Amino acid sequence: MSRLDVVDAAYLVAAVLFVLGLKALARPRTASRGNLLGASAMFVAVMATLLDRAIVDVWVLLFGLVVGAAIGVALALRVRMTAMPQLVALFNGFGGGASVLVALASFVELVDLGQVDSRSSVSAVLTALIGAVTLTGSVVAFAKLQEVSGLRGFPGLATVRAVAAIVAVVAAVMVVARPEDVGWLWALVAAGAVLGVLGTLAIGGADMPVVIALLNSCSGVAASTAGFVLDNPLLIIAGSLVGASGLILTQIMCRSMNRSLVNVVFGSLSAGGAPDADDVYGDRVTATSAEEVAMLLEVAERVVIVPGYGLAVAQAQHAVRDLMRTLGNQGTEVTFGIHPVAGRMPGHMNVLLAEAEIDYEFLLDMDQVNPTFPQTDVTIVIGANDVVNPSARTDPDSPIAGMPILDVDGSRTVVVIKRSLSPGFAGIPNPLFANDGTLLLFGDGKDAVLDIVAALLAG
Amino acid sequence: MSLLIALTLFVLAVFLGLELITKVPATLHTPLMSGSNAVSGITLIGAMVSAGADHSMLATWLGFVAVVLATINVVGGFLVTGRMLAMFTSRKSHRGPPDSEAKS
Repeated sequence: MSRLDVVDAAYLVAAVLFVLGLKALARPRTASRGNLLGASAMFVAVMATLLDRAIVDVWVLLFGLVVGAAIGVALALRVRMTAMPQLVALFNGFGGGASVLVALASFVELVDLGQVDSRSSVSAVLTALIGAVTLTGSVVAFAKLQEVSGLRGFPGLATVRAVAAIVAVVAAVMVVARPEDVGWLWALVAAGAVLGVLGTLAIGGADMPVVIALLNSCSGVAASTAGFVLDNPLLIIAGSLVGASGLILTQIMCRSMNRSLVNVVFGSLSAGGAPDADDVYGDRVTATSAEEVAMLLEVAERVVIVPGYGLAVAQAQHAVRDLMRTLGNQGTEVTFGIHPVAGRMPGHMNVLLAEAEIDYEFLLDMDQVNPTFPQTDVTIVIGANDVVNPSARTDPDSPIAGMPILDVDGSRTVVVIKRSLSPGFAGIPNPLFANDGTLLLFGDGKDAVLDIVAALLAG
Repeated sequence: MSLLIALTLFVLAVFLGLELITKVPATLHTPLMSGSNAVSGITLIGAMVSAGADHSMLATWLGFVAVVLATINVVGGFLVTGRMLAMFTSRKSHRGPPDSEAKS
């Protein structure tokens, strides 16, 4: 076997390991093994590539690998679990950015050698565009998740986006028609970068899980199209595996909001048809105190806690764990009801509660928890709003009509911990708050839960 | 590799990916995302060829930056996924997590 055969054989091994790794990663029992399989696949691929005869200067490479690994390790080990969505978004952007640079570098090289054909130019166009959108889109998503202020849409956004899209199309056509003018490819990268920024800028917080999943898919597709430029089968295979898995996740997120992908990316929720907040709430909202909630909980047999993004903001996950343990000690059954798009990324609440050492056996998906609400004495909603809004079920004109929700109003008493009656992301009032069986505990999520725990222990 | 063979690989891998990931419990959404994100850092091997090929200064530099970015993506991605999964599995692992939680 020649050296190139060895490299190709190693790529085959890596591809198989990637497939096995992804398969294992999608099942709870095997997920850790899946992650290790993926990492081993990457190791095999990198080692094989070092053997590639095209590589002349190994030291530059090793230097780059060491620098990147050091930064990666530092970021991964120092991040707090609450900052996980940001970090995942950032890593994703780096992957997309790397694919753009790879496409640029190899395209420039092919042009110099006079070996450009329509296949390499078309794949370079796709990689440059998708990769650039992934890079800047992920960076804006990172900044939004970091709560950098001032990042929102502006009046002329649609126009600027249309102009950038036209520039992108013109540049793409020119790259294919006149590949020797490399400037067009750079122009395409620039237009893609603008599109990535604008596309993410206008996205509302509640749509974030969809966007993060979509960008994840894009980074895979960019790697795959880069594989077409480089003529590298492993890039094509691994990239499209990730593209497909990201697409599935995106689809799950969209279905959980009853919205189409096009609607999330290009549209915005219309507030039309929403009833006035005063009409909904009137004077029917009942406020309560931590002591009163504690008394309810003392006699409750079954309690469900429904967390939302507000739990993450208030960093209340440890307080919630204390509440769960206190209730568990008095013999109350406590579970968590988790909506698929609660939080800012797919699975956000699960990660947050796992960090507080809450066993995931107690975290129930929407389909599992909904049938249990009628047997539930007290449901505690912390920092969630739209995902428990019964208008989705009852009001066909509501902007969130048809969105699957947690049917918390089926339980005997609902305690909603909230700072104020301000609406959720959808901008509509929530009739749940005015229900007879609903009590509102106004205040910061963490403080309120700690107060309830204190009252329980004192009583 | 001919274009048609490359397209064949692409299409089959997409189908394989869709089949592999149809059922994922919500608990694994984030780890799956960050793990598959690390896999998309496979662009690293393309970056290595560009950076090490010694063709032109520009290609080498672009390749070098790509190597750094992709390595951050790969190393950081797998590590962070490992950290998350360790949180999920460290407790009560003797009982074994319920696979029945899977939903589409």
